[in-house]
Amino acid sequence: MGTIVDARGLSCPQPVLMTMDEIKKMSKGEIEVLVDTDTSKENVSRAASSKGWTVKDVREEGEGYRVTIARS
Amino acid sequence: MGQVKNFFASRWGIIGVGGFIGILAPLLQNWGNPGNMGICVACFDRDITGAVGLHRAAVVQYMRPEIIGFVLGALIAAYLFKEFRARAGSAPIVRFILGAFAMIGALVFLGCPWRALLRLAGGDGSAIFGIAGLIFGIWIGTLFLKGGYNLGRAEKTHTSVGWLMPLTMIGFLILMLIFPQIKDQPQSGILFYSVKGPGAQHAPLLVSLIVGLAVGFAAQRSRFCTMGAFRDLLLFRQPHLFYGLLTLAVVAFLTNLIIGQFHPGFAKQPVAHTMQIWNFGGMVLAGLAFALAGGCPGRQLFLAGEGDGDAAVFVFGMIVGAGFSHNFGLASSPTGVGPHGIAATIIGLLVCLFIGFTMRKRAS
Repeated sequence: MGTIVDARGLSCPQPVLMTMDEIKKMSKGEIEVLVDTDTSKENVSRAASSKGWTVKDVREEGEGYRVTIARS
Repeated sequence: MGQVKNFFASRWGIIGVGGFIGILAPLLQNWGNPGNMGICVACFDRDITGAVGLHRAAVVQYMRPEIIGFVLGALIAAYLFKEFRARAGSAPIVRFILGAFAMIGALVFLGCPWRALLRLAGGDGSAIFGIAGLIFGIWIGTLFLKGGYNLGRAEKTHTSVGWLMPLTMIGFLILMLIFPQIKDQPQSGILFYSVKGPGAQHAPLLVSLIVGLAVGFAAQRSRFCTMGAFRDLLLFRQPHLFYGLLTLAVVAFLTNLIIGQFHPGFAKQPVAHTMQIWNFGGMVLAGLAFALAGGCPGRQLFLAGEGDGDAAVFVFGMIVGAGFSHNFGLASSPTGVGPHGIAATIIGLLVCLFIGFTMRKRAS
């Protein structure tokens, strides 16, 4: 389980684009997105919510965040 | 757990920030800034270029404290909310070139996206062509983004790297205090000051600085970005940033109406020309360059304030681009485009296309 999108070091809109690519590939499940700025964390969360995914968890990790989004 | 810790990042947050800027920008004009130019990031960067003598267009030389405030306000916000992250290394040379051509395009139109909105809010109909060009340029940028355009990853770096742009701005402020403007004198020490023209029109230093700090703070928190507003709408149908932009335009219009600064028409608008094809074309170039660089000129300043060294390089690119614009006759004036403005716009578009088509490597 668990698709991981590593968007660390990438500036917007790349993290959202990469997350959207994964969302398009799977109709349900769980995706973990790694980002390293607060802006990316917010953008990924907002984009996921707008596609009907829920933000399950946002955890600080290293120099950034691990955003877990899911859809069942 | 939709956790929105940051109010500014909410819908009402971005709307609030748009409204805040929408009130302050016309007021800055009321307090002394040029017509429909309460805030213009491109014009103000260009004035700074002139203040340090990198171009000698005597009418546009002034060390704009708003720009200094934008960077330092963002720096303060980033530190207060533990978001300062020194990072750099995502194709800086490309960002420099994009900054230079973004400036060249913006000066063909005579304004950045912020000023395009403020011109419209002040009644300048030609701004419509500029905004249309901006949207078209950003749309081309979204095609490249969909096709895998990517400048690669930035890396975490020394904190001091992130401080270089804020320190530069502090240095500019100190220069302004050491060499203050002397009435009717074009020069004070090493700094140039316009005695007439837009560069001579400015709000008092302290007012400009405080407004700049406040806007920089709010914009860092909200991620306000005029390019992102259109990009996200075109790319993801995501209207979040667009709400901020729309609020800015509407509130600025209402503020102008109330304080008597709304003068509808096309001809004889302040610091503007009516060669509409090039109002459009200049902003296509600027919009595409902003989209490829990931932020409007304001956003680049705020990013530079929160430690993004690549955004700082873009800003320096803009400053150098302004030097080229005025030294080579690329910038427009109220009489129309400069002698080489059209050629520069076309070259700039070709350079942006080259960048967009060739830098498609997927991030690994």
